[in-house]
Amino acid sequence: MAERKGMEVSIAIAEAASACDVDCIAAYPITPQTHVVEHLSEIVADGDLDAEFIPVESEHAAMSCCCGCAAAGARTFTATASQGLALMHEILFIAANLRLPMVMVVANRSLSGPISIWNDHSDVMTERDVGWIQVFAENGQEAVDLVIMGHRMSEDKRILLPLMVNFDGFILSHMVEPIEMPTREEVKRFLPDYEPQQRLDIDNPITMGPVGMPVVYTEAKMAAEWAVRDAYKPMVEIMGEFEKEFGRKYKPVETYRTDDSEILFVVMGGISETAMTWVDKVRDAGVKVGLVRFRMWRPLPVEDFKKAIAGVKVLGVLDRHFSPGGPGGPMAQEIKYMLYGQDHAPKIVETVVGLGGRDVNFIDFDQIFDRCKAVLGGAPVPPFELIQVRGGHYGKA
Amino acid sequence: MEKLNVFASRLLPTEDFVCSGHRACQGCAEVLAMRMVHKELGRNTIAASATGCMEIITSPYPETAWRIPWIHVAFENPASVASGIEAGYKALMRKGRYPRRKINFVGYGGDGATADIGLQFVSGAMERGHDMIYVCYDNEAYMNTGIQRSSATPFGASTTTSPAGKVSIGQQTWKKNVPEIMAAHNIPYVATVSPSYPFDLNRKVRKAADVEGPAYLHVYSACPTGWRMRPELAVQIGRLAVETGVFPLYEVENGKYTITQPISEFRTLRDYLKLQGRFRHLTDDVIDDIEARLRAEYRLLEAKVRMTHEEEV
Ligand SMILES: Cc1ncc(C[n+]2csc(CCOP(=O)(O)OP(=O)(O)O)c2C)c(N)n1
Ligand code: SF4
Ligand SMILES: [Mg+2]
Repeated sequence: MAERKGMEVSIAIAEAASACDVDCIAAYPITPQTHVVEHLSEIVADGDLDAEFIPVESEHAAMSCCCGCAAAGARTFTATASQGLALMHEILFIAANLRLPMVMVVANRSLSGPISIWNDHSDVMTERDVGWIQVFAENGQEAVDLVIMGHRMSEDKRILLPLMVNFDGFILSHMVEPIEMPTREEVKRFLPDYEPQQRLDIDNPITMGPVGMPVVYTEAKMAAEWAVRDAYKPMVEIMGEFEKEFGRKYKPVETYRTDDSEILFVVMGGISETAMTWVDKVRDAGVKVGLVRFRMWRPLPVEDFKKAIAGVKVLGVLDRHFSPGGPGGPMAQEIKYMLYGQDHAPKIVETVVGLGGRDVNFIDFDQIFDRCKAVLGGAPVPPFELIQVRGGHYGKA
Repeated sequence: MEKLNVFASRLLPTEDFVCSGHRACQGCAEVLAMRMVHKELGRNTIAASATGCMEIITSPYPETAWRIPWIHVAFENPASVASGIEAGYKALMRKGRYPRRKINFVGYGGDGATADIGLQFVSGAMERGHDMIYVCYDNEAYMNTGIQRSSATPFGASTTTSPAGKVSIGQQTWKKNVPEIMAAHNIPYVATVSPSYPFDLNRKVRKAADVEGPAYLHVYSACPTGWRMRPELAVQIGRLAVETGVFPLYEVENGKYTITQPISEFRTLRDYLKLQGRFRHLTDDVIDDIEARLRAEYRLLEAKVRMTHEEEV
C-alpha cells in the first residue's frame, strides 16, 4: 500500500487521473479548478501519461470534445467549476443520454452574479437534472478515491454514464492534505483498460444522437431514469471492491456518531469535516447529536438515507444553494421528498449557509443547533433561513 | 501533373454513405452536396453533425440515412465533437489499443452552425491543428427553423427575420466571409466547393482528406424551399452562382490562393437573382450596387492569387 504524502488536493486529483491512465483530457481553466488541469498538462508534457491533452477554447467545447473522445472509445477526463459548468449545461444532458462514460471533477464554486470565485454548491445543484452520476468528496483522499472509482463506475457495462466528482473549491481544492496515492499498477488491477460497449467504429457503423420524435422521446427519458436509478447497485458493489483493493470504505450515505441521536445535521461536501469536529465537541458536553452526509447524490440513495435517520426527531439541514422565491435549499427539498407522508418523519430545520465562500464555523452550527433544539422542544418549525446574513437573519415567512 | 487527371462520371465511386430515403425537400442541393462529399470520403470516415436540416432529415429514430459512424450532439459544436473523436483515436492508436489506420474525421454544420453560433468552436478546432475536415453546408439562412437570416445570408435577401418591407430591402449586411476567416487561421487547406461542379468538388474533398492537419470546406448548398425557387433549378443555380461571381470556386493551399473555376466574362447578376423569390423585391439600383461589390471582391481574390504565387512568376 502506498505511503501517505502531503499534497495539494488539486494536484492529487490530477495524479489520480494519471494513475487511471486516461486517454483524453479536454478542459478549460477556471478558478478554483486550474491546478487540476495545469498539473495534468504537466504530467502529459513530461511524458508520464500517454494522453491527448486538448486545450479547448471554452467549457462548452470541453464537454463537446469529451463527448467525441468518449464516443471514440477513449477514457476521458475533464474538470471545471461554476461558470464553466453552467456553460456546459446544454451538453451535460446529451453526454448522459448518449451514455458516454467520462469523469468530470467539479471544484464547487458559486455562480455569478455577483461574480465570486469562492465556494458553495450553486454550480452543481443547478445541474441536478442532467442525468449524470453525482458524488461528493469531503477530503482529498476521498476525491482521489472517487476519481478512481468514478472511472470504474462510469465504464461499468451496467452503468455507462458520465460521472461528476464534486469537491469544494479552495476549502478543499487548495488544501495540502496527507494522501495515499495508488500507483498506476495498483489502479490497473481495479480499473482495467476501457473496452467500450459501443463506439463510433468504421467497421461497425452506428448512428448516435438521432432525432427523438414524440413517439420515442418519453421512452428515451424512461431509459435515462432507469440508467441512473439502476446505477445504485453496481456503484455499491464497486465501492466494496475498492475497499477490498485499497482498504478504504465508502457508503452512499455516510454517518457520524448518529447512535441514539435525537437531532442530526445533514451536510454535503467539505464542511462535513468541520461538522464532525463540532459534533465531537457537543457530544463531549453530553448532548446527543450526529451527522449524516450524502456521498451519492445521483442516484439519490433514498433507502440509505431513511435508514441513516431512522428514529431521529429533528434534522438540521445545511444547504449551500437555494432557489430564489422557491422552496429553499435543494438538499432540504429532496429530503422532504424522501420523507413526506412517512409516519414519525423528523421535523426539518432548513438552513442555507456558506454562500460564496463565507466560512461556516462552530458559531453557525451552534445557531442552527439552537433552532433544532427549539423545534425538538415543541416550537413551530421555522421557515427556511439564510443563516449568516450580516445585520440579521432573513426568513422566508 | 494534377491538371491531367481524368474525371469522368463513370469513374466516380458507386457506393453511397448518405443514402436515399432521407427526408430532405425536393431539389435540396445541401443533401446532394453532402452525399457527394461522403461519396468521395468513403467508408473510413466518422462524421459529427450539427443540429440543422442535414441532421434532422437523415436521422429520425429509428431510421438513419448514414452508412458510416455518425454522431449528433448539438447545434454549435460539431467541430469540437469531431476534434474529440480525432483526439480519442489518436490516443488509442498511439497506445496500441486500436489498430493504426487512416480515418477521415469530419465535423459539419450549416451556415448558422458555422458562421454564427459555432464560429468559436470551428475556430478552436482549426487552430488546435486536429487532423480533421470541417465542412460548412451554406444554404445562406437557418433553414431548419424556418428560413431565418444568418450572417451568411446575402445582402438584400428576404428571410423570415430579415423580411423585405416598406422600409427595408431585407438582409442589410454583407455575407460574412467564413472561408477567408478560416484561411486566416493558416490551416493547410481551405476551399469553396459546389455540387454543381462535381469534379471540382471531388478533387477538393480528396485534398482535404489527404492533407495532414485541419482542412475547411465551404459548400454552396442551394435550398429551393428557403430561396423560394423551383426545385429543379438547384443544380443550375449553383452554376449561375459561379458564373455571376456570387460564389467563386477557389482553394487556399498552405496560404496559396488558386481560383479553380476562373471566370473571364461574368454573366449578369440578374440571371441569378431572378430565379429566386428571396430577391424578388430588389430594385435595379440595388442590384447594380451588389454587382459592383461582387466584382470588387473578385478582383481582390485575383489579387490574392497573384500575391501568393509571386515567387513562381
Ligand atoms: C443552442 C441552440 N440554439 C438554437 C437552436 C435552434 N436551431 C436548430 S437548427 C437551427 C438553424 C440551423 O441553421 P443552419 O446551421 O444554417 O443549418 P440549415 O438547417 O440551414 O442546414 C437553429 C436556429 C438549437 N438547436 N440550439
Ligand atoms: S429546407 Fe432547404 S436545406 Fe433544408 S432540407 Fe429543405 S431544401 Fe434542403
Ligand atoms: Mg443554413
